[in-house]
Amino acid sequence: MAEEVKLFRTWSSGYALRIVWALKLKGIEYETIFEDLTNKSPSLLQYNPIHGKVPVLVHDGKPVCESLVILEYVDETWKHNPLLPQDPCEKSMARFWANFGDDKLMKSISQLFIAREKDQDVAAVEALENLKLVEEQLKGKKFFHGETIGYLDLAFGWFADFVSILEEIMSLKLVDGERFPHLSSWIQHFIDAPVIRDCWPPRDKMIIKFQVMREKYLAAATPK
Amino acid sequence: MPTNDVKLLGAPASQYVNRVQFALNLKSIDYEFIPQNMREKSELLLKSNPVHKNIPVLLHGDKPICDSLVIVQYIDEFWFDGPSILPSDPYDRAIARFWAAYIDDKWIPFFKELTTAKDEESKTALVEKILEGLKFFEDVFVKASKGKCFFGGETIGFLDIVLGCYLGWLKAWGIQLDVNFLDEAKTPALVGWAESFSSDKAIHGIIPETEELFRILQIILARAADAASK
Repeated sequence: MAEEVKLFRTWSSGYALRIVWALKLKGIEYETIFEDLTNKSPSLLQYNPIHGKVPVLVHDGKPVCESLVILEYVDETWKHNPLLPQDPCEKSMARFWANFGDDKLMKSISQLFIAREKDQDVAAVEALENLKLVEEQLKGKKFFHGETIGYLDLAFGWFADFVSILEEIMSLKLVDGERFPHLSSWIQHFIDAPVIRDCWPPRDKMIIKFQVMREKYLAAATPK
Repeated sequence: MPTNDVKLLGAPASQYVNRVQFALNLKSIDYEFIPQNMREKSELLLKSNPVHKNIPVLLHGDKPICDSLVIVQYIDEFWFDGPSILPSDPYDRAIARFWAAYIDDKWIPFFKELTTAKDEESKTALVEKILEGLKFFEDVFVKASKGKCFFGGETIGFLDIVLGCYLGWLKAWGIQLDVNFLDEAKTPALVGWAESFSSDKAIHGIIPETEELFRILQIILARAADAASK
């Protein structure tokens, strides 16, 4: 019996993109269900009752939720073209940095993104410190795990796209080639990689979406 | 790689540190426990975990591993010939990891929010959320245990460790708030599990006594109140 794989996602979710890329890297065929998170489908709520979020991977009727959990599930279920290193220590490093990306880095980038102009310099300090740590991880490597794309590249993939969106909306340069040569180079290699580049959501739509989001936050934060 | 050069930087009352101790015990790994003073962080801690400057840190030979869930999985994967901590089936592993993420990202943080909750209304709301989480865990336990004593089935597994580490603090908070969190009437399976888990030889004696945790909780609450008044 052919196995059935479904992916619940939205058009813009960077978390869902991780799974799109992973399934593509493994050559797995699947059905995509696009969700409108303002009007969640009964299926989504059934498959992810705790969070009601995307992505959700449904494999032969069984749902897997949380993108980093799904990545490991995909890697352990379809063992060819491994995403994670085999060595336990290197695997631990990959998990550690993926958590860092989702917790500390994402938080500091978000804080910068919604900062008012007068607060941007302060907000940028933490973001830049976190980016320095990521820069260190990329020294001497084309991708996080070496020559080929793997788990950590997919985990940080959202950043490769979002950084240029943030820079355009806020008219600032966050990742400049001089300060972050390895990170800049990784971004270029990643966004243009064959498996990756066809999956990016439309940039103009992303700009509008995040511009609207930023304006909402700024308006809510303004003292009345 | 020397398999007998294992050190753990930690503090006895940290539930995250306790997780690592459980895992090392389950695999019968000898290790040196190096207690850390989190108000005056040691050079060794800052060098071993420069990113978060936090405990636990496992030092295996000269390699530091940080983040309790990362460490537990490392222990399971490096010492693969010992009893397994994560289930072998990828789907069961995904379920265990999902709930581990829920416990660390949502459930334990409810308690952290309690330390700074200002009024009775917000405290009550947080207690409701904690109890809701416990009901989820009851269902997960019933499914995962398949009639046996642990989330891992016959033996202690990943979710036992991830949730079980908080049993002491759960009791301390229960005394603080006068709430019976593990209620035989509401979550009978979890009550049974808590007993089996706490009395297991790999677990027993690691989590500090409830009186000690309650004493520490008073200090935490006093500090939080102090910070809030500034």
